[in-house]
Amino acid sequence: MTATADAPAATADDGTAPDDGTGGSEPGTETFYDRFPEAARIVRATFLGAFLAFAVGTTFGIIQTLHRTGIARPFSSVDYYTFLTAHGVFLVLSFTIFFLVGVFTWALVRSLDRPLVNTRFSWAWYGLMATGMTLTGLTILAGFTSAVDVSADVLFTFYAPLQAHPLFYGGLAVFLVGTWLAGLDWWRTFLAWRREHPDERIPLQAFMVLTTTIMWYVATSALAISVLFFLLPWSLGLIETVNPTLTRTLFWFFGHPVVYFWLMPAYLLWYTVLPSIAGGRLFSDPLARVVFVLFLLLSTPVGIHHQYLDPGIAEGFKFVAMTNTMFLLLPSLLTAFTVVASVEYGARVRGGTGLFGWLRTLPWRDPAFTGMMLAGLMFAAGGFSGMVNAGMNINYLIHNTIWVTGHFHLTVGTAVALTFMAATYWLWPQITNKPIYSRQIGLAQVVLWFAGMALMSNAMHAQGLLGVPRRTAEPTYSGFEYGSAFGGYGELNLQVAIGGTILFASAVLFLSNVVLTMGNSRTDGLAETLAEPISGSEDAPLVLDNIRLWGGIAVLLVLLAYALPIVAIVQRGGLFGPGGEAYPMVLDALAILAEQAPDVLVERMPDVLGGGWAGGWP
Amino acid sequence: MHVHSYEKIWLALGLGLILLLIGSVTYGAVGPGVSMVAADQPTVDPTALDEDDRFAEPRVEQVGENEYEAYVVAFQFGFEPDPIVLPANSTVTFMVTSRDVTHGFEVVGTNANTMVIPGEVSTLTVETGGPTEYGVICNEYCGAAHHGMEGSIEVVPQEEFEESAGGSSDGDGSGGDQ
Ligand code: HEM
Ligand SMILES: [Cu+2]
Repeated sequence: MTATADAPAATADDGTAPDDGTGGSEPGTETFYDRFPEAARIVRATFLGAFLAFAVGTTFGIIQTLHRTGIARPFSSVDYYTFLTAHGVFLVLSFTIFFLVGVFTWALVRSLDRPLVNTRFSWAWYGLMATGMTLTGLTILAGFTSAVDVSADVLFTFYAPLQAHPLFYGGLAVFLVGTWLAGLDWWRTFLAWRREHPDERIPLQAFMVLTTTIMWYVATSALAISVLFFLLPWSLGLIETVNPTLTRTLFWFFGHPVVYFWLMPAYLLWYTVLPSIAGGRLFSDPLARVVFVLFLLLSTPVGIHHQYLDPGIAEGFKFVAMTNTMFLLLPSLLTAFTVVASVEYGARVRGGTGLFGWLRTLPWRDPAFTGMMLAGLMFAAGGFSGMVNAGMNINYLIHNTIWVTGHFHLTVGTAVALTFMAATYWLWPQITNKPIYSRQIGLAQVVLWFAGMALMSNAMHAQGLLGVPRRTAEPTYSGFEYGSAFGGYGELNLQVAIGGTILFASAVLFLSNVVLTMGNSRTDGLAETLAEPISGSEDAPLVLDNIRLWGGIAVLLVLLAYALPIVAIVQRGGLFGPGGEAYPMVLDALAILAEQAPDVLVERMPDVLGGGWAGGWP
Repeated sequence: MHVHSYEKIWLALGLGLILLLIGSVTYGAVGPGVSMVAADQPTVDPTALDEDDRFAEPRVEQVGENEYEAYVVAFQFGFEPDPIVLPANSTVTFMVTSRDVTHGFEVVGTNANTMVIPGEVSTLTVETGGPTEYGVICNEYCGAAHHGMEGSIEVVPQEEFEESAGGSSDGDGSGGDQ
């Protein structure tokens, strides 16, 4: 292929051909939609699934925000937990994962420059994911009505002995199988490519997809065991009890690497798309590979850091998890360097000069560029609060406070979500041949998200330091008041509420822009190319591409980190726990209350018992 | 593989930061002795707490000179005893368990914070300091009225504690506000 005039990324460059070294060879005049129409339709479908979840999830987000802060409580505080369960599940399981399977499908097919092996198989995994998530989602939403005896107010962590309706767990299992088959689809397509190109290096994007897929298999193994062997049979009444510490540990075995499952597609976009949008090139292909290998190796044997404050897990195991967690900082630090260097290179190619002057020449009017840059900036902030979380002993101060919520709205809620929105402005035309309805609205939207999150998340961090808990409908209590640091609880509430409102406005703008874009007619000339890395794959040691080796080491590390803790937990409490009852969240909450709550407590909960509007607390 | 020299510097700085963080946590553990909630107690049957001599009657008990143990049961939706009355300027070890679902035990505004998991006993040692009051909240979602789950701690002067500790400190806040 040759350099074409509509490949601005590389023509401004040092004269080399704008071939994309990230693997594929799509000529600058063909979009993904032109070249792989079937795969494009699948990617489009996954994105639409993601946006639906995003729409419902963010609507619930603003409802929660206004409820928690006491500004508006149109629903009862009991319903709060139904909203919260849905917000968690829809946003971090549905929105993120639907979007990322789309990104991975696009990246794999594009970089291998080869269609998926069997499109019907691809639709099958999509169908499973959609069916599973619909089941789980409807089970959660059924919690709003007492007309059906179905609900799942267990939050997205579903800690036993809180028990959801079996359909909740069943739906999750089906969804999970769908994602496994998606991974299989990518691997099969890769292996077919390998037969056709026995001696070529794995293209960078495909490498990223394949390593992340292996990480996903390792991570979800524990979740599958927890759901299929314990929680689902237990919710069906086939087994009497479960071991709460065991199912919790299995959840966090999955619960940390899932974070990297969300993050890896964002990294993929930062590494392979962002430099091109900036008019530059990725700094180093080999280091990008190293980073993805490190994530494959390190992202699972750390989950116990979510359980620093759990009884029943020895301190030594927590220490191991802490050490691994700190090392997990390394690939993210490397990413920060590479991404900034690649973008700076782009700016200098565009004529930027000076220590910081080059920043001015960057394409800040492009919503895809600005959105991803702001997302990266937020990720750096999230990294700092993450280091605090990771310190075992400081963790006491902030564990389960709203600080943690502030932290992951920076990471998954912005670094990932904002990157996905920004990428949509770039990717959507590629997969549909339709230009974005309004790039100005897009630009305003990404800036608003950044501003709203800065406000909301910062105030959440501060409230956390005052001891304000997360996951509660009414964080005010009758027995005490919070300290007055950082402007005090009330003022921080106001910041949370304003920030949340801005975020919601941003979400509405994003979704409207997508819907209006769908109404556009297809045109030509939207094709974008990706520029080749400065230091290409020929520089990368061959062993990096030995994904089987890395997968093997990853499994070994997981065994080292988890075999002993899990054996210890089972020895202590038994496979099915030291006894205890199930607490089905399908029961009428009011009945439980009336039965169990002492009188004092009942007085304190006027709104719970009243069911409707929240009465102000004394 | 070619690694740019800036990249090497960055890598070295990154590794340095990581070692520093690990070092500071390790120092926190062995220096000031911030110890973790861990697996130091055997498991209990959450449905048979009335057969456990610590939790059948949740209370505060003296176990040494200036050393006390507070046995606390968390349940949907409260803590027992409430308030937890503690003597000032003493060392208190909380032993907290749950008789139903997973809860949290957070003394608001302090770093006394632990998960409370049915079947397990969380231990947490604190220095009480001077007389004052603290709020205690459950910081893990535990069901429909989770937001109503709170308790309190009253740290009272030693003499006052001893007067009231004649009986059991279970319940009515006797040590607190006369
Ligand atoms: C309009 C934008 C959003 C607003 C206003 C919002 C607001 C909130 C609030 C107030 C909470 C705290 C609830 C509590 O602990 O009591 C929360 C929890 C949460 N949010 Fe968001 N959020 C938004 C977007 C997102 C996004 C984009 C994601 C992820 C992709 C996300 C993921 C989560 C998660 C995982 C939780 C924790 C749920 C739990 O504790 O079970 N949120 N959100
Ligand atoms: Cu509770």
